[in-house]
Amino acid sequence: MDVPKTNAISVMDLTVAYHETPVLWDIDLDVPPGVLLAIVGPNGAGKTTLIKAILGLVRTASGKILIHNKPYEEQRKIVGYVPQRGSVDWDFPTNVLDVVMMGRYGSLGWIRRPRKNDRELAMHAIEKVGMEKYSNRQISQLSGGQQQRVFLARALVQDSNVYLMDEPFQGVDATTERAIVGLLQELRENGKTVVVVHHDLQTVSDYFDWVTLLNIRRIASGPVQDTFTSENLRETYGGRIGFMKNR
Amino acid sequence: MQVHIEILLIAIITASACALPGVFLVLRRMTLMSDAISHAILPGIVIAFFFTHSVSSPILILAAAGTGILTVVLVELLQKTELIKEDAAIGLTFPALFSIGVILISRYTRNVHLDIDAVLLGELAYAPLSRLTVLGFDIGPVALMVMTVILILNLAFIVMFYKELKLVTFDVGLAATLGFAPTLIHYGLMTLVSITTVGAFDAVGSILVVALIAGPAATAYLMTNSLAQMLFLSAGVGSVNAVIGYLLAYRFDVSIAGTIATVTFLVFGIVFLLIPNRGLLSIARRHLRQKWEFAQTMLVIHLLNHEGLPEALDESEISHLYEHLQWEPTFASKVVRYALNNRCVSQNDSQLILTDRGRTIAEQALIQ
Repeated sequence: MDVPKTNAISVMDLTVAYHETPVLWDIDLDVPPGVLLAIVGPNGAGKTTLIKAILGLVRTASGKILIHNKPYEEQRKIVGYVPQRGSVDWDFPTNVLDVVMMGRYGSLGWIRRPRKNDRELAMHAIEKVGMEKYSNRQISQLSGGQQQRVFLARALVQDSNVYLMDEPFQGVDATTERAIVGLLQELRENGKTVVVVHHDLQTVSDYFDWVTLLNIRRIASGPVQDTFTSENLRETYGGRIGFMKNR
Repeated sequence: MQVHIEILLIAIITASACALPGVFLVLRRMTLMSDAISHAILPGIVIAFFFTHSVSSPILILAAAGTGILTVVLVELLQKTELIKEDAAIGLTFPALFSIGVILISRYTRNVHLDIDAVLLGELAYAPLSRLTVLGFDIGPVALMVMTVILILNLAFIVMFYKELKLVTFDVGLAATLGFAPTLIHYGLMTLVSITTVGAFDAVGSILVVALIAGPAATAYLMTNSLAQMLFLSAGVGSVNAVIGYLLAYRFDVSIAGTIATVTFLVFGIVFLLIPNRGLLSIARRHLRQKWEFAQTMLVIHLLNHEGLPEALDESEISHLYEHLQWEPTFASKVVRYALNNRCVSQNDSQLILTDRGRTIAEQALIQ
């Protein structure tokens, strides 16, 4: 795939506040295309808010956000989103195939129904995440790892250029985590940009090639080997870094 | 006879029209909102009545639907202040609006055909009395025509925006990022609920309309794993409840609306108890079976652990289970009988001997 030369995501002077309490202070962030980026920071650092702001899901107090040089509203179709697993009701009466098919809704637009072609694309994505045996399974009967795979398949079926994922490793076992990392790296090899809210500092260097350290302010952002330094980590986590390393 | 058929038709169509949006309210945990809307539309109806002097004018429906939307907006405004949670916001808003309606009725319309009883409870039996005539031809009860139009409206909205309603209900975040305006869908649905409620209130009144909206949908929720099936089942259950309710009310000469609501609750209760896999009864049965299966596994593991060892004779003595496993004698003998029935153990005088089947079960349990 032809990788565009522009930044996949540029965030300029972004501030988000709830009732005048800043959640993100004047964030500048450039994400080059084709990187696998981890957003890292302590609880309450604004990691999820940053992703939601990029997606236009929270109101911004200031700043500008561009996806491949255009506002998000014009780029919906090239952005895939994996929300936190806990953000939906898994008792909803539907099955795996149906949820994955929702990834096709964006390119279908209003009113048009999914067709055979969409079903095939969804099945293909389900196979990619190793869930083909479960395509007809009611979603309430899935384990946490399986739910996460379903969400990933739903993002894959969007066939986007930029992916934003909120804690895709949350509550999954080691096997699933490795499988998901493999998929993310494959996306990057295909020239996609993948941004992941990540919690485990131990695995940052193994999984990712780019990292953003965030704690309300942007502390640092860049290639992992230059940016993921103990000095930057100390600045991000303050005194809590020792505790975090023990996790 | 024709009156019976007309009442039944009104009941079935009203129940179906309510049961369809009810599915989305139940899934969005918003059934209380329908309760609020059904009460808060009263001032809208009363004010429209001042202008039209008719209880069956379509303007009444529009005014009521407007008040319904106003209720939703007010509740959401209160909620957005974050000083108050949704349940309290609902609890504050609808009695306020409803009481305005009550005051207006008692002050200005004392002598007209708009009494509080009819508003609260409705009267299905009288519904066929108000006829719709076009060019001098009687084409049927007004309530039947109104509810048919509302049913078609609900059906059209749900069929047309099925995909959007599903996405917004399941994952509002994804819906927003994909550009399917969740707020628009939300208010579309709330408009339908308001219109449906005011249409249904003629037949069943403002209290029982909630039973028609929430009951069948909650029942259908227990019966299926598919949203499309849930919609069909909800309309079906609603219709069946309406028919049974009407027949019982006729037989015992009691309030039709009250009987339908009671039947709605009973049918939910029956499904809740008896539905396979997730009903209360099958859950209890599953727990019981798991209890005995677990005890049996403990027994075969115990026998396997001591098999072929010097103490085996002592450990596999039935009367000694009490001591070794610290089991009550009655419980121990029940477990032994359960294991014997399942051919996991065999009995040789007072000794228990592990069968091949029992050995496999024990070994598998230990691997896990």
